Amino acid sequence: MKRRDFLKNTTAGVVIPYLVNGMQVKAMAGTPLMNAMSRYMNDDRVLVLIQLNGGNDGLNTVVPFDQYAAYQAARTNIAIPQNKVLRLNGTEQTGLHPALSGLQQLYNAGKLGIVQSVGYPKPNFSHFRAADIWMTASDSDKVLNTGWAGRYLDTVFPQFPQQYPSAAMPDPLAIQVGSVVTTALQGPAFSMGLAISNPANFYNLIEGKTDVDVNSRWGEQMDYLETMSLKTDEYAAVIKQAAMKVTKQGDKYPAAGKNSLADQLKIVARMIGGGLKTKIYMVNMGSFDTHAKQTDTMDTTTGSHAQLLTKLSEAITAFMDDLDYLKVGDRVMGMTFSEFGRRIKSNASGGTDHGAAAPMFYFGNQVKAGVAGHSPVLPATASVNDNIDMQHDFRSVYATVLQQWFYLDAADVQRVLGGVHPLLPIV
Amino acid sequence: MVIAEKRMHDPGNNSKPVPAINAGIKRFKGKWTPAMAQHLAKRTLFGASPDDIRFFAGMSLQKSVHQLLNANEAMPEPPLHYLNDERFTDPDVPLGSTWVNQLTYTGMNNSRRENSFRAWWVGLMINQERSLREKMVLFWHNHFVTEMRSLGNALYGYRYNSLLRTHALGNFKVLVAAITRDTAMLRYLNGQSNTKKAPDENYGRELQELFTIGKGPGSHYTEDDVKAAARVLTGYAIDTKTLTSNFIGNRHDDTDKQFSAFYNSTVIKGRKGNDGILELNDMLDMIFAQEEVSRFICRKLYRFFVYHVIDTITEQNVIEPLAKTFRKNDYDIKPVLQQLFESKHFYDAGNRGGMIKSPVDFTLGLCREFKVAFPPPQDYVNQYGLQQQLYQQASNLQQTLGDPPNVAGWPAYYQAPQYDKLWVNSDTLPKRSQFSDRMMLFGFNTKDKTKILVDPVAFAKQTSDPGNPDVLINESVHLLYMVELPQKDKDYIKTNILLSGLQGMASDHYWTQAWQTMLTKPADAANLKNVTGKLKNLYKYLMNLPQYQLM
Repeated sequence: MKRRDFLKNTTAGVVIPYLVNGMQVKAMAGTPLMNAMSRYMNDDRVLVLIQLNGGNDGLNTVVPFDQYAAYQAARTNIAIPQNKVLRLNGTEQTGLHPALSGLQQLYNAGKLGIVQSVGYPKPNFSHFRAADIWMTASDSDKVLNTGWAGRYLDTVFPQFPQQYPSAAMPDPLAIQVGSVVTTALQGPAFSMGLAISNPANFYNLIEGKTDVDVNSRWGEQMDYLETMSLKTDEYAAVIKQAAMKVTKQGDKYPAAGKNSLADQLKIVARMIGGGLKTKIYMVNMGSFDTHAKQTDTMDTTTGSHAQLLTKLSEAITAFMDDLDYLKVGDRVMGMTFSEFGRRIKSNASGGTDHGAAAPMFYFGNQVKAGVAGHSPVLPATASVNDNIDMQHDFRSVYATVLQQWFYLDAADVQRVLGGVHPLLPIV
Repeated sequence: MVIAEKRMHDPGNNSKPVPAINAGIKRFKGKWTPAMAQHLAKRTLFGASPDDIRFFAGMSLQKSVHQLLNANEAMPEPPLHYLNDERFTDPDVPLGSTWVNQLTYTGMNNSRRENSFRAWWVGLMINQERSLREKMVLFWHNHFVTEMRSLGNALYGYRYNSLLRTHALGNFKVLVAAITRDTAMLRYLNGQSNTKKAPDENYGRELQELFTIGKGPGSHYTEDDVKAAARVLTGYAIDTKTLTSNFIGNRHDDTDKQFSAFYNSTVIKGRKGNDGILELNDMLDMIFAQEEVSRFICRKLYRFFVYHVIDTITEQNVIEPLAKTFRKNDYDIKPVLQQLFESKHFYDAGNRGGMIKSPVDFTLGLCREFKVAFPPPQDYVNQYGLQQQLYQQASNLQQTLGDPPNVAGWPAYYQAPQYDKLWVNSDTLPKRSQFSDRMMLFGFNTKDKTKILVDPVAFAKQTSDPGNPDVLINESVHLLYMVELPQKDKDYIKTNILLSGLQGMASDHYWTQAWQTMLTKPADAANLKNVTGKLKNLYKYLMNLPQYQLM
């Protein structure tokens, strides 16, 4: 990391976040001096991005408790009953889907926050295009070829990959659990991320085995090729080394194979706990494209969307628990994002169609827990095309993370994100 | 297929025993399938393009093999001088003309001509017809090795290469006689300095050890046979004016040459003066009377075209009958290859996908399979320039065309126990992926920005329904791999690459929509970028998996 990036940002409290109506801020812990010290010490900070593919239904995730009537009217077939909404300490405005009890506890413990109605002007309703916008941090009508996190990493670690691995940065800059490194990690010429194609491959790598049946001529060749390909990844050794350092992890994870996000996060925790200096991890879970039957008709607190949120909540809770168990919890900040939210009004199939702004969760021992922004303002009688208005540009979230979590220079932040974006009180 | 566990007797035996393939050399009479046509094309051409597969699948097995053996391609136009620059401009050969009739030699012009030759040869492979010829040229190059870098004159290399091409599917014995007198070989193995006063055993040894008899279990020639053969071969030389081979009678040892019991104690009668040249045929008659010659060559063909391990069953059921065919046809090459490529053994499911691609198969095969567009012949400057870069890529992957590492050829074809596994190591495997990534993302450029690059949309269109993500992935996998990819991997690829993480059957239509939009609104730049980006990721990913290393 360039030294100036963290030297310039060591004075606590110089950044004045713009204030948003109804904002809840966790009381600052510790003295300014301690804070400055910890910033010096925290060059090893890590960001974990959780992508919710498909467009998560924000309104049924973070329920606008203060506008319950309008919410209920817009979604008669899928609305969460008022008495089932999980309440958050210190706020009357909003609550959580009943499947998110784990996240509720994290919030109440001051370890999780919500940014309300995140989006961008002129929202795009195509999955692929909208995801690209989130990954590249472009304006809605501009096409960028590089990713926001890639540009950040390129700023801090110039001349990747030629000069890497190096003594200062022996580890992958970013790790994606998934077959293809996301566009978000695309640098100017190269992807800054390393893909661990799937959890099974990860454990094969660590255990040095393949899952090929060698009982044939081609199988015997494949076995050799797979072994070789595990061996030859230039980062394979450091990943294996890090993994071997962690012999035991937190016990809150669901059984392997039951919750893909939890499986992925368990690997991420092991990498962080094993001492990798990797700055960014990217994981994802799919199936949020809930056009139909997102709840059971008899009980709207259950159904496909509830199952997804249960997994999300379980995975994050187990991950946070594990990070503390591994004594690295203070180094890690995580956040969820999705390419868009869904329409205010539900459709006749018991689902919701592609929408616009939506809430994001952020979490970590060192975040400022709270709710940034107010509940989305819902029309009394929502029509099919009504969308949630944006309160926060998604690039404000990125800017805050870069500047206040990673201590990137304000000027560099502007360059990475192509302009000035107000900071949020989340870190 | 009958599978029986048998320990292999082959010294190339890996620690892991693999089931033997019992299917023998009998003609395959079952149903001719596209997968078999693809197997045939992958092994006999450089890569199998979708067109190649359809072509062979559309005719019978016999007609396919007939096509490969009897394409009767014309001999190619000779290589062109393609590069003048501030460092060197050839005063003798105009740009766009061939240099192969030019006898003036300088160190300066030679490196340009070597590059021209290499680029030209790569071009012949990429633009090959559906004929076995070019693959056999490579086979013979690996068999009758010369190294361009030690020849000192590109002209020798060109003539040697043309000689291999002329005889590629001809008669092996005739080829041995011709290669013995070839100028490149005379230089490479010192035949030109082998005289009665100072016999040089180099060629006489390799002629037996590497070119004809080999070192198999039935080879028992002696050191004295090496010496005797060297004396038979005295007198060959290279005419320094014409740069052609000739025979100088008074350098020839005209005494009788006694061979060992292995050769039935044959005596090659010494011949005087220019008649000494006739002793070569006498000696080749003696050598080719040994059945071991036919076995040695058939084993080598088997390792080049089928699989690296020859177990006892294969030796009996395949090598022995092929060798018999070879002898029966006076060492004509075609009948042997025809029998092999029509056999039950060759098409046995166990034999498909069991070879690791050579660097040339990997690099040039990729270009052919994705139909990468090269500049047309009139733009020879860029065409040669790009082909030269491919030569360099194959060379980086440890197969330098024209320059095998030594007289025995590339170790992948002879070095037990690893054989073709030697192509893939901690250095070359990442480089293979870098090459396929680059062909997919950036391509290769010449100075004036002429480019070769894979067109992923064009390849996707080779599938029957590219808008359907399952069909697209399934058929792409079948076009590129000889082995199956597990369904869970295909599902994973679909969700993570084509659908950006969207899951469930209902999500498929997002890809379908994007594909359709690309067809109906080609001007929609964001959509086109999205579709091409996903296809690039798809094919990049498929080529990074180990399955793509197999053929």
